[in-house]
Amino acid sequence: MRAAGIDIGSRSIELVVIEDSKVIEERQADTGFDPMAVAGDLISGVSYDHIVATGYGRNLFEIALDGKTVTEIKAHARGAQFLFPDADTVLDIGGQDSKVIKMNGQGQVIKFEMNDRCAAGTGKFLEIMARSLGFGIDDFGIEALKAARELSINSMCTVFAESEVTSLLARGKDRREIARGLHSSVVRRALSMLKRVSAEGAIVFSGGVANNPCMVRFLEQMTQRDIRVSDQPQMAGALGAALIAQDIMR
Amino acid sequence: MSEALFKTLQQAFEQNVMDIDTLKKEGRKAIGCYCLYSPVELIVAADAIPLPLCGTKNDPVSAAEEILPRNLCPLIKSSYGFAALDTCPFFRFSDMIVADTTCDGKKKMFELMQQYKEVHVLQLPQNQNTAISLEPWRKEVEGMKDRIEAVTGVTLTTEKINRAIDLLNRERDAKKAVMDLAQLKPSPIKGSEILTVLFKVGFLADKEKGIKLMNTIVNHFSEINDNKQSPYTDKTPRVLISGVPMGIGSDKVARILEEAGASVVGYENCTGYKQVFTVPQNDDPIDVLSRQYLSIPCSVMSPNQGRLDLLDDMINHFKVDGVVDLTWQACHTYNVESFSVEKWLNETKGLPMLHLETDYSDSDTEQLRVRIEAFLEML
Repeated sequence: MRAAGIDIGSRSIELVVIEDSKVIEERQADTGFDPMAVAGDLISGVSYDHIVATGYGRNLFEIALDGKTVTEIKAHARGAQFLFPDADTVLDIGGQDSKVIKMNGQGQVIKFEMNDRCAAGTGKFLEIMARSLGFGIDDFGIEALKAARELSINSMCTVFAESEVTSLLARGKDRREIARGLHSSVVRRALSMLKRVSAEGAIVFSGGVANNPCMVRFLEQMTQRDIRVSDQPQMAGALGAALIAQDIMR
Repeated sequence: MSEALFKTLQQAFEQNVMDIDTLKKEGRKAIGCYCLYSPVELIVAADAIPLPLCGTKNDPVSAAEEILPRNLCPLIKSSYGFAALDTCPFFRFSDMIVADTTCDGKKKMFELMQQYKEVHVLQLPQNQNTAISLEPWRKEVEGMKDRIEAVTGVTLTTEKINRAIDLLNRERDAKKAVMDLAQLKPSPIKGSEILTVLFKVGFLADKEKGIKLMNTIVNHFSEINDNKQSPYTDKTPRVLISGVPMGIGSDKVARILEEAGASVVGYENCTGYKQVFTVPQNDDPIDVLSRQYLSIPCSVMSPNQGRLDLLDDMINHFKVDGVVDLTWQACHTYNVESFSVEKWLNETKGLPMLHLETDYSDSDTEQLRVRIEAFLEML
């Protein structure tokens, strides 16, 4: 029996197909302006017995393609529990929101908090800042780590932070030091949410931003907690949805 | 709710505006109120029409923002916007407004509202210790009585006030009966229906008519229960909404909860169960009214143990699975109190709580939906 999970996020859509809890197929595409068309392309030609959708587009998917849906909170919790059974806390930083989830010993969500009011502290923020500084998004964290010190950035609003970055550049400041400061401010923002939801223990860091080594390093330093990142942290939501689809079949 | 019953309710609501218009032309006075802390008994005792005022819709918010800061509670902006645009018929009918200094935003807004209407402001103490607060509050209530006597030309005797207390006790009992329908498991009535009934009946100038209508509604839903026609099952998650007041136009959280499959069984707020109390009658009604109204557990009070007591009572009687604590944006007192309410719910009642901070607009509907669906998945 094959179970599929699709995570229709604001920036990207991921599809994971599993068989007996083993990943047999993974696909990813940019969400673009027509998420249902992209989701349709992504699942075409993929064979599965049952599919569960999550992410912001889940309800559209439910209507268009007659699938079951779960929230990304539940999907990320399930994915994290599968990948790192000993951790009970998830920090997910995606394209347009960030969330902290706390689970009990059975992997059930007992508390969560989300920031989705603005781009501050999300992947979108890092993406825009990387562009302002002339870095590719994949190198942004690596370059930031090369700086010996960080320049502090005071604005968390994406628009204001961008002007702050521009003025720092105009003053001849090192762009790696600015990058380091930006990473540090995003992590600090996640910290307050983390502290409200979960006080201790290992943290599963998921979402596309977990691919950024500077984010992982700073998170480790500032929390003094174990940070667990899977090989494909951006797939965690889709994987969780696939596992839930498998749970339903069983 | 059956279509016929909803139509009756709607007709009564529409007829009400015409009735008030007629009564006003006949010389009756009308006095508007914004807040549960204003003892309506004094208005009724003077044979004036008591009018709740509009403040639950998003439409006038942008007009209000021409004067008021954007970063202010939507209830205050909506109330002011309705007044400034003159789009609330009840505000227009009012010969004067009674308002309370519940929070900083409201009391400063009422200063600006004076340009449109006479606003009699009651200085509400923010502590319910009667040794400290009863005397000054009683003076405020007496001041309200004097002002109403001056406006209406009616002397408020003990007998008149006691009669009004009796009428409003019966009205509160009728409201309680409507809300208590949801104690049944599964509830025969949806939370959105409770909200609609309380909202629409709340505007009726003829209290007896309102009581009768609510009794009909209770009978209707009792039959639904007897015939086992509840829209829910024993497994439907039962959610209690706590926090700020809600009405038609500011009901999106209840709506999303229902769309996500929850049964909203009650409202621990001043448009819901905080209205449920019985005022005793004796030979000093001003004292009785002052005590009763001062004890309303709004988050402006510090400390506010009464809210936890009310929550405790409701959680037990309404068989609640989870609590959604609603805060209007920039309502500091409910926002801060949310922390203690959640801690108490988690530790004492073993119940999860979801805190939502939002405004009257629809801009965050999908974000709210994720949180609400995830919360229901937890229950």
